[in-house]
Amino acid sequence: MTSILFFEQLLNGIQFGTMLFLMSAGLTLIFGVMGLINLAHGSFYMIGAFSAALIASLTGSFWLALLASLSGAAIAGVLIEIIIIRRLYRRDHLDQVLATFALILLLSEAVRWCFGAFPLYLDIPENLNGTFPILDEIIYSKYRLFIIFMGLLIATGLYILITKTRLGVRIRAGQNDRQMISALGVDISKLYTIVFALGASLAGLAGAMIGAIQSVEVGMGEPILILAFVVIVIGGIGSIKGALIGSILVGVTDTIGRIFLPEFLKIFMEPASATSVGSSIGSMIIYILMALILIIKPSGLFGKT
Amino acid sequence: MIVEKIFNKWILFFLFLIPILGFVFEEPYYITLTTKVVILGIAGVGLNLALGYCGLISFGHAAFFGLGGYVTGILSFHAMNSELMFSWPFVTSGSSEMLVIWPIVILLSAFLALIIGFLSLRTTGVYFIMITLAFAQMLYFFAISWPNYGGEDGLSIYMRNSLPMVNTMDPLTFYVICLFWLLLVIFISAKLINSSFGMAFQAIKQNEERVKSVGIETFKVKLLVFVISGTITGLAGSLYTDLNRFISPSVLNWQMSGEIMVFVILGGIARLYGPLVGAAFFIVLEQTLGSYTENWQFWLGLILILEILYVRSGILSLFEKKLKYEK
Repeated sequence: MTSILFFEQLLNGIQFGTMLFLMSAGLTLIFGVMGLINLAHGSFYMIGAFSAALIASLTGSFWLALLASLSGAAIAGVLIEIIIIRRLYRRDHLDQVLATFALILLLSEAVRWCFGAFPLYLDIPENLNGTFPILDEIIYSKYRLFIIFMGLLIATGLYILITKTRLGVRIRAGQNDRQMISALGVDISKLYTIVFALGASLAGLAGAMIGAIQSVEVGMGEPILILAFVVIVIGGIGSIKGALIGSILVGVTDTIGRIFLPEFLKIFMEPASATSVGSSIGSMIIYILMALILIIKPSGLFGKT
Repeated sequence: MIVEKIFNKWILFFLFLIPILGFVFEEPYYITLTTKVVILGIAGVGLNLALGYCGLISFGHAAFFGLGGYVTGILSFHAMNSELMFSWPFVTSGSSEMLVIWPIVILLSAFLALIIGFLSLRTTGVYFIMITLAFAQMLYFFAISWPNYGGEDGLSIYMRNSLPMVNTMDPLTFYVICLFWLLLVIFISAKLINSSFGMAFQAIKQNEERVKSVGIETFKVKLLVFVISGTITGLAGSLYTDLNRFISPSVLNWQMSGEIMVFVILGGIARLYGPLVGAAFFIVLEQTLGSYTENWQFWLGLILILEILYVRSGILSLFEKKLKYEK
């Protein structure tokens, strides 16, 4: 029984991790290439989810909704990059933090203006409803498997994009030496806009896919944004590989910790206090993990020192 | 700078004038509102030491604000229920005496800042920003999931904590207490900034390597600044709980850290009265815009972005420029 529960929770953790990866890949790319710390990344998660909910309610198609989340967040990303973000690349981190913090307030209120304060719901398509038997005794939600699959697909796609394509060469060059590639005649501001839009659209897709399990509401992006920060701090800022490994690590640790820590503590303590202590510590466990990793490696697992 | 100094005197004048007006015209609401500005100003003065003068961009000062708030709330909660807080390792009861609560808040905030600072200051730049944020979030989630003190719903205390000889429930009296603390922390900040220690931490903001090269242990200096900064913000949290007679996890939220940061930046970074002006501007904005539209945060965001993109050095800098033109 316990091993089945464990396996299920492990899959839940991986599913959570793949979504964190969609968020943190964009964050870490944007930081790596443009040197921008973008707090408003969670807003694209929200914009993606709302675009999906809007299109789903108009057309009834989940797949069109997913497409809408990608394009909605990308369009918002391009607009915001051109109007505001572009002016922040040369500023120090403090200005970037504050301006993107202000952007969160602005975007959240704008979305609340358009859609109202009540949460919206996105329906999972028929053929992804229900469960799927992985092994004899282990059955698992089809939709969550789909999320894991999409996450892996996008991770592979990103890998190919960055290692095999011309755009990827430019992105890597931008991470190494921004001035040099603009001196070599690459249109750097266009590259920046593309990278920003790419990051935004990944966040938007994550928002839509999670929005179908939870609800689509204003402020949904910020909790996951902070987790994405933890991920890229653990993985090393600027490293996509670090983001992938960090995401899975954080997703699995968080899920397993929350479920099993109270159970584990029941061995030593009376059940009632074990539950409350366990759940309190369980919610802090990834931050403790982060602190530990930083004590050993101050620039994250794959960060440049 | 002279113009700014005159402006600072005006600020002080208003700090004394507004509550007196509120008292005369029997509008205690304005006294309470000014009290809120003063308390948030104290929190900002705390952050300003680390962020403004030493360049430590802490995005987690809500941790200290919240800790101060919760320690105050919990102590007075136990005093009211006459329950013991711990029976082991030593017997401790709660307290509703400000003179007991303040030292405890100061000690615990300093201790928390020591731990967070010790771990976070190993990193620099973006890592530092995110780690301080993460530590504050850690406490936030802890406060939400810890059921003993209200969890997500927060903790109410029915009476303000007391101070000998005065009635703290009276808005004007409580205001004077907060004002006393504000002036004290501004005084301490001014003394610190002009001391040799202050020279050291301000030099670190400019160029840490150089400060190291003259033989100053910059890690210790930064840690000390961070501890002092966190302690002041913690004290503000304590007063904030007393003001509202309520504490909830929302003061530990990252948005609180962002707001304290906004006070500092809006008023003008590394200026003694900057955070106070920023807090006042923020509250006035909240009150006026909030009365016209529910979406006042949209306009706040817009104003902030414009400020960062075009004004850059805060409200007080507007008064500084005048002088340059006069020359």
